[in-house]
Amino acid sequence: MSWKLSYEDIDRIAIGAGILGTGGGGNPYRGLLRAKQQLREGRTIEIVRLEELPDDALVVPIGGMGAPTVGLEILERGDEGKYAVERLCQYLGVEVAATIPIEVGGTNSFAPIITAAQMGIPTVDADGMGRAFPEWSMISFYFDGQAPSPVVMTDAVGRSALIQHAKNAKDLERVGRAICVQMGASVMVADRPIPVKRLREVAIPNTMTFAHRIGDAVLKAQAQGSSPIESICEVSGGRVLFSGKITDVDRRFERGYNFGRLKLAGSDDWQGLEASIDLQNEFLILRVNNEIKAIVPDLITMVDSERGTPITTEVVRYGLRVTLIGIPAPSQLTSELALTRVGPSAFGYDLPYTPLVFD
Amino acid sequence: MKLRLGIDVGGTNTDAVILDEKATLIARFKSPTTSDVSSGIRNALNGLVQNNPDLDLSAIKFAMLGTTHCTNAVLERRNLNKVGLVRVGAPSTLAIKPFVEWPDDLREAIDGRYVIVEGGFEYDGQETRPLDEAAVRAAAESFRGKVESVAVSGAFSPVDPSHEQRAGAILREVLGDEIPITYSYEIGSVGLIERENAAILNAALVNAAKVAAGGFQEALAAHGIDARLFFSQNDGTLMALEYAIRYPILTVASGPTNSIRGAAFLSGLQDAIVVDVGGTSTDVGILVKGFPRESSIAVDVAGVRTNFRTPDLLSIAVGGGTRVTNDNGLQIGPASVGYRLLTEGLIFGGNTLTLSDIAVADKRASFGDPSKVAHLDADFVKQVTEEVRRMCEDAVDRVKTSAAPMPIILVGGGSVVIPQDLAGASQVIRPENYDVANAIGAAIAQCSGEIERVFSLQEMTRDQAIELAKKLAIQEAVQAGADESTVQIIDIQEVPLAYLPTNSATRIRVRAAGDLAI
Repeated sequence: MSWKLSYEDIDRIAIGAGILGTGGGGNPYRGLLRAKQQLREGRTIEIVRLEELPDDALVVPIGGMGAPTVGLEILERGDEGKYAVERLCQYLGVEVAATIPIEVGGTNSFAPIITAAQMGIPTVDADGMGRAFPEWSMISFYFDGQAPSPVVMTDAVGRSALIQHAKNAKDLERVGRAICVQMGASVMVADRPIPVKRLREVAIPNTMTFAHRIGDAVLKAQAQGSSPIESICEVSGGRVLFSGKITDVDRRFERGYNFGRLKLAGSDDWQGLEASIDLQNEFLILRVNNEIKAIVPDLITMVDSERGTPITTEVVRYGLRVTLIGIPAPSQLTSELALTRVGPSAFGYDLPYTPLVFD
Repeated sequence: MKLRLGIDVGGTNTDAVILDEKATLIARFKSPTTSDVSSGIRNALNGLVQNNPDLDLSAIKFAMLGTTHCTNAVLERRNLNKVGLVRVGAPSTLAIKPFVEWPDDLREAIDGRYVIVEGGFEYDGQETRPLDEAAVRAAAESFRGKVESVAVSGAFSPVDPSHEQRAGAILREVLGDEIPITYSYEIGSVGLIERENAAILNAALVNAAKVAAGGFQEALAAHGIDARLFFSQNDGTLMALEYAIRYPILTVASGPTNSIRGAAFLSGLQDAIVVDVGGTSTDVGILVKGFPRESSIAVDVAGVRTNFRTPDLLSIAVGGGTRVTNDNGLQIGPASVGYRLLTEGLIFGGNTLTLSDIAVADKRASFGDPSKVAHLDADFVKQVTEEVRRMCEDAVDRVKTSAAPMPIILVGGGSVVIPQDLAGASQVIRPENYDVANAIGAAIAQCSGEIERVFSLQEMTRDQAIELAKKLAIQEAVQAGADESTVQIIDIQEVPLAYLPTNSATRIRVRAAGDLAI
């Protein structure tokens, strides 16, 4: 049943992860290079479904934390994730059977794959977001208030930090960020391993295969000269919400987050209409002529209108021709409890969550 | 009277112009581009001199060249140096090795080898590890006799270049004074892989640049011209010959920039859309405050990722020599007869229908023999014209930043094929001497300086960081040959680093440019 990734699979996951990143999560390019490097060095990248693992097996969530710009220079030593997991397992006296991504969107889709390949264990086809979000408390594993600690953070020069007894994910975020910045603003984090039985309840399943399917659709459409955007909608259950040109980019940085608002002028079916997008690292709210068309946690993803390739918030600029696709959020993100963690109010909006409904 | 000579090598033609002190055009000549480039430059200069016997050659004090020598060397993998790279960045950069995803043939052509040594910095300028000088020395020894040019890169060298500099000094000690050394911090911005790639390419191009410079010097010497020599660079400004030999990679995209700058000069406009039509293709770019708008995404040079800023251009397959067929429905390009238009186009007695023939048949242009296209069906001519109009209007709309109409400047020898009444334009201008706009762009270019660094805000305020960045950019411009009294800051961009506490560090990019110090 398990699935061994090829170079081509890695390309597809990178594109899909970019699209599911909804503008954030960082550019998967460097993760892609490193994942391919694992294959070149003779390692195997194996993806398994949660159903294939025993109930009591432990799975370790892994992700990178830091400033995307720092990641452009500090390419990592290469085994930070493995080191973090080993330190954590040693401390807890446990063994882990697999890794799991905290977020499938953006570059964090690759961190657990690379670590798992180095440790000779598989990665679970599931994650904690089904997209990208900026904070620990937005990982579905911790919606119920459980803390991710103890966690181990490691950096490229071999330093490591163990944080234990955090009150909850938010508390951990506050302390973890401060440490992350002091460690060079680029660290790998391993959270307390979670039993498979619990993950079956709290993780968002099949998201790696979902990313792969989306990437595959884009590449096939590009090769055939057909519309990648239609293909993305078809395989993701999404719908085009707007298409046009970016006419204004207003960005600012507060408390370490990337805030901003984009304006777009419509073309084709949206000729004469105007859209705006609120962003906080990811695209959160899309309005067309001031009417909300999609709102977090539903996925608002921006792609190049011709090639269908994802566009992150760092590269948005005047004049880009883009298409906005709305993809309904996985059900795990839309429960009453989940909405307090990842709904509009979690980002400071006094707005209700109105789910995307396609007839 | 001090004169300037501008020469620009295009895909189809090599153009030469002479401008006087007031930048008035006093002589011009077009000659076909040749495969070795240098002989085409000689031909253009010879033609210019022969056709203007009254020209006082001794008055030519400045000579500017926009050339494709280096671009061709990389694309064709010819005349490249063997390169050794030292990356200062262990252990924090080991996960991705140098030359990742390079085309195999290009890496082979430069016999690319590398060593990664301990050292490098963090984003805030803290030393990650001290530089491992012994390892640099050992790398230098291993390069001896095997490499012709070396490149040095380092983690966060745009924040603190001292490890790169020290590594370079050791390489120099071991490998001698003759070995060319390229420092990544001098040619690229934040993004280690891309900056390192640019440094490696630069190191590989040192010979090609010397050939280009030598050819230019010889061509001028043959006419007894004693001038200061400059090369056009990617951002539309000039660099002195000595500088160009050290930073040849900065010339790889200079052609389109020269046209855009030339268009600005000829039209007197500072903000406009420039449509530059050559023999084979049309580049559509946008002029903002007199300079081409630059691309914000990583630029691919012959299959290698770099982070250069090059003009943000859209190319379409429309040119003076573009072939038009109607066998299975109307097909315009991408095939082109290029400079063979003068023998193969219908109006010149040839057998190939081109967009120039259509323009003459449509009476928008008059050259060649109009009787040779009199037989073309008027509806067909109209159909082709409308399709060309649609292609251009679409390209113009794509580069525009707002729906508001903007002036469009048509330049380039092939621009007669473009209809003058384009939608989305407040006016369409084809200035005098439009067909040598590129060479004029080279001749009138300014000298510039640019810096892009991550500034730590632990020891200075944001305003102080911006002031420092401005000062450094102005210094760079003056070093490149600008008259200090004319230097202006032309662009400031700031990108604070996400995920860090507010105001701990910020990335600032400043460009400054000024007139050539005469």
